[in-house]
Amino acid sequence: MDAIILQILNGLDKGSAYALIALGLTLIFGTLGVVNFAHGALFMLGAFCAVTLNKLLSFSFETIDPTKTDFLGNPAKVKTAYVESWFGPDVGAAIIDWSVPLAILFSIPIMVGIGYVMERGLIKHFYKREHADQILVTFGLAIVIQELVKHYYGANPIQTPAPSAFRGSLDFGAMFGFDPNVIIYPYWRLVYFAFAAVVIGAVFAFLRFTTFGMVVRAGMADRETVGLLGINIDKRFTIMFGIAAAVAGLAGVMYAPINSPNYHMGMDFLVLSFVVVVVGGMGSLPGAVAAGFLLGILESFASMNEVKSLLPGIDQIIIYLVAIIILLTRPRGLLGRKGVMEE
Amino acid sequence: MLGLHSKDFKTLVIVAVLTMLAPFILNPFPSGSAMAQFNAGYPDLMQRFVIFGIFAIGFNILFGLTGYLSFGHAAFLGVGSYSAVWMFKLLSMNVIPGIILSVIVAGIFALIIGFISLRRTGIYFSILTLAFAQMSFNLAYSVLTPITNGETGLQLTLNDPRILGVSATESGGIPVTNFFGAEMRSTYELVVGGWDFQFNTGYYFCAMMLLLAFYLSIRIFRSPFGLMLRAIKANKTRLNYTGLNTRPYALAAFVISGMYAGLAGGLLASMDPLAGAERMQWTASGEVVLMTILGGAGTLIGPVVGAGFIKYFENIFSKINDSVLHGWFDFLPQGMENAAVWVTEHFVGPGWHLTLGLLFMLVVTFLPGGLVEGGQRLARLFRRKSGDKPDAASQSKPAE
Repeated sequence: MDAIILQILNGLDKGSAYALIALGLTLIFGTLGVVNFAHGALFMLGAFCAVTLNKLLSFSFETIDPTKTDFLGNPAKVKTAYVESWFGPDVGAAIIDWSVPLAILFSIPIMVGIGYVMERGLIKHFYKREHADQILVTFGLAIVIQELVKHYYGANPIQTPAPSAFRGSLDFGAMFGFDPNVIIYPYWRLVYFAFAAVVIGAVFAFLRFTTFGMVVRAGMADRETVGLLGINIDKRFTIMFGIAAAVAGLAGVMYAPINSPNYHMGMDFLVLSFVVVVVGGMGSLPGAVAAGFLLGILESFASMNEVKSLLPGIDQIIIYLVAIIILLTRPRGLLGRKGVMEE
Repeated sequence: MLGLHSKDFKTLVIVAVLTMLAPFILNPFPSGSAMAQFNAGYPDLMQRFVIFGIFAIGFNILFGLTGYLSFGHAAFLGVGSYSAVWMFKLLSMNVIPGIILSVIVAGIFALIIGFISLRRTGIYFSILTLAFAQMSFNLAYSVLTPITNGETGLQLTLNDPRILGVSATESGGIPVTNFFGAEMRSTYELVVGGWDFQFNTGYYFCAMMLLLAFYLSIRIFRSPFGLMLRAIKANKTRLNYTGLNTRPYALAAFVISGMYAGLAGGLLASMDPLAGAERMQWTASGEVVLMTILGGAGTLIGPVVGAGFIKYFENIFSKINDSVLHGWFDFLPQGMENAAVWVTEHFVGPGWHLTLGLLFMLVVTFLPGGLVEGGQRLARLFRRKSGDKPDAASQSKPAE
């Protein structure tokens, strides 16, 4: 029992990341009908927003502290971050410590902006072209973004620590009457899951309860009629692209402490997220979220030793295997609408 | 000639002449001169030109002709490499059995994967092939380690039980791959003045294979079967309504292109007998897509052009570094020199992928027919200037 709970928990954080990226992919596909292979790059850019903010906040100047000496006997140089000198050492240190959560605020305008520019500058010209062309051009774009990041941040992963308050692990089992020290779970992963749930909830609420969201949903169902009613649907869809980019970016920001960002993390997630979208059903938002969590949890179950000894290698291929079976037996995906991309 | 139209035969002859004279053509600058780094006439690179040319020709039969975008073709290349290396380990260092086995195994693999993947079209097909390729890649890294030797890659060792041949040479080394005695890595060097031309047995072996592959692909393009594949690309639904089952044709195209990939993998292993799982990764599949699109999908010669172009970039462009750039922009004033170097260094050296990505985006957006279409447009432009009427018959049209 405790092993099962542990695996479910382990699956949640990866599942959250899959669900968030897949949600963005589905938003773009459902609204604009574009298959965006650069979505993984957006996720990666989000993670690098966190890295950048961390670096910006840690910018420091050197002063000579006459009270201390270094090992040669000269007066020691002390590095002080600008934020520490502006807000006092305590507040400054706290700001640096909380750089990853702060990066959420920092990244939203950036990611929406990037999404907007991407849609207006490139994707716009590909609505009428084949899906293959869309895949190819966004694949090219992903390479470009990836290489630019590699050029400025280097090829090595950059450690981005979570706030020190969340660095430990929670003894999850002891809280619910299991043996202590069996089900332990890092705090930050719980935070990630909660954050993902909030973001997903916010996106759904936005689409459900606002007029803007209603128009977008109407546009997803029948673009032409909405256009005929005198609503500029293209403009709204562009904004949705920005929102989708922001969702991917947020997923990346919060993922930075779990897995040190490197320039190819986007590609690694992209392939899996596409599989998630297909399993959930092209164009189905709840399907994308459900499939994201489902595949994340399945993956962590498959990596249990008991399962691995029974079916060696299953942990490596389980997601693809599920995708193949789903595509062959139920091509519209788990929650896909009938008739949408069933070919 | 050879069952080809005179125009196709001319293309084949041109390709044959170009590949046979490649050691001269690709070596235009004297060694030791400042431009020598742009020479591509060394065996290793020339071999890769033709091997990836074969790979792209095969991919083009599936994508360019039939219209199915596979994102998992590297799996067949990897499988081909592994089978060839196993043949070298177990049977003989002659490359022929290795290549035959790699083509057969890749064909069987393609038959299985294609049978399942071709039940869907469009983006679903792409994702299915991607899923299969990633599965093969992950398995090669983990469970199949006894066969693939995992992360280290499959290599020849000194105690391979080779049935026809020896485990180790008399001098205690690992025997080298050969074609009935002609060693693949033996190179004849011809020094003329400042030029150093290298003629490599392995390269010429690969070049013969390329010509064979190219000839076969022309035959497929011009055959009734090729016409059927074009019809599938143009309108599959209509074909179905006329009562034709398109799947066997598409499957045949898939298997053929898988066998081409297997041949390329076998050749890679023959030139350098080791095989690693990274050859099957989806980025490798992406590369062959890039090659085909860049050169011109659906054209005969496009994939070869694209493969050569990308491999040249990869090897030559990525060698240009800061000091070379400073040398180039020497004539500018100091500040401008630094600025020019700063801008350019994004695109060369380790940043050549950036150039590739940008170029690829430009080609997909503005020139869907690839470099071949670009060349045709240029040719038309010049012909119009000189007053002639554009001659539509002499252009090889992409299969739309």
